[in-house]
Amino acid sequence: MSPVSRGFLGRRRPVADPSRVPPGQYLTSDFPVLSAGPTPHTPLDEWSFTIHGEVDHAVSWPWEEFVDLPSETVTVDIHCVTKWSKLDTTWKGVSVDTLLQEVDTSAEYLTAWSDGGYTTNLALEDVTDGKAWIAYEYGGDALEPEHGGPARLLVPHLYFWKSAKWVRGLTLTANDEPGFWENYGYHNHGDPWLEQRYQGD
Amino acid sequence: MARAALPRRLNWQLAKVVELVEETARTTSIVLEPADWPGHQAGQHVDVRLTAPDGYQAQRSYSIASGPEDRHLVLTVERLDDGEVSPYLVGELRAGDELELRGPIGGYFVWQQSLAGPLLLVAGGSGIVPFRSILRHRAAVGSDVAVRLLYSARALDDVIYREELDAFGAAGDGVDISLTLTREWPEDWSGHRGRIDGELLEKVAWPAGDLPLTYICGPSGFVESAAGTLVSSGHDPSRIRTERFGPTGQ
Repeated sequence: MSPVSRGFLGRRRPVADPSRVPPGQYLTSDFPVLSAGPTPHTPLDEWSFTIHGEVDHAVSWPWEEFVDLPSETVTVDIHCVTKWSKLDTTWKGVSVDTLLQEVDTSAEYLTAWSDGGYTTNLALEDVTDGKAWIAYEYGGDALEPEHGGPARLLVPHLYFWKSAKWVRGLTLTANDEPGFWENYGYHNHGDPWLEQRYQGD
Repeated sequence: MARAALPRRLNWQLAKVVELVEETARTTSIVLEPADWPGHQAGQHVDVRLTAPDGYQAQRSYSIASGPEDRHLVLTVERLDDGEVSPYLVGELRAGDELELRGPIGGYFVWQQSLAGPLLLVAGGSGIVPFRSILRHRAAVGSDVAVRLLYSARALDDVIYREELDAFGAAGDGVDISLTLTREWPEDWSGHRGRIDGELLEKVAWPAGDLPLTYICGPSGFVESAAGTLVSSGHDPSRIRTERFGPTGQ
């Protein structure tokens, strides 16, 4: 039980639907940017998306083929571990389900990896059954490099560090292997509704 | 990238406010005595949580300004006019109050002696805060790693830790401090003027060939621009670590 902070009342902004804001989060209409290093700028003719690891055979799509895959447009709420949440963000991309149809696997985990060296780990069940996309449009426009373009992973039901920017592939794994921030003390799963920010939460 | 030591669970704890130090008109340093501080690395941050009488809570993250060897934990907070937590921390909090926090958090935007250098530190506005921790740590451990710090502020009155930075620069042990003022400057100002760009970085930064370890901290647009400029002039992106705050500002 937290003690009251003397003199603090809060500057609560009216929220249309508080049930959409996870604990400890505040709403922003802006789109803040966070990253551990410089923004990569990979030309599209050098870009491809790969699924490999514990699969019967690796698959890779160059950009032109990737954007020809069946796409979905979704409107979702996103939640960053640095406390901001943003409602009703619209993305277009390829469902991870669509990509995984191309491989046979008994893996239960995966590592998403990105240009610039970033990685994050996820359970397969957190990216299947309509829960995750490789998004290449935001708000009807090509996804800007600062926000992860040409393409980023989108896993809106987890804190946004799991939605790896500049994603280039998924490595399917038998064991769960902590990614970049997970190795630096951030929570392995990252459910915002359970406020799983840091290890032990 | 290196695997960090296994972190411990980050419990919320109360820290006693020992003192408040006004750094500039907009920024205040909060000197704290946490109940159970596990120690930190230079460059890490904490989460602060405020609770209203009806149970409503607000959380924000703040960089640690003190060195790991300092007696007290210090946060330096800039007041954001439309903010919810910073106006309380800068305007309402008093010595003797207790502040709820947990940390330290983050393990990548940190410097320790084993990472060596030379170091290039690029700060925009209150992005200077983690660099004071790094400079204090460097001094405390007697490191001779060469440092070049480039700090961009709107005006001289907005420069945080000015005397301490001057002293680091004057110590003659390998720290070079460069200031650039972007909005206004005194008539006799001998420092740099204007925003950080390729020309200024070429003058002040280590050449790419010296393989500096670079840390950039500031508002998002500032960090994007400085990091992008360094990469396009040949700096190795994997040697550039960034910490951004605030809106995109673009």
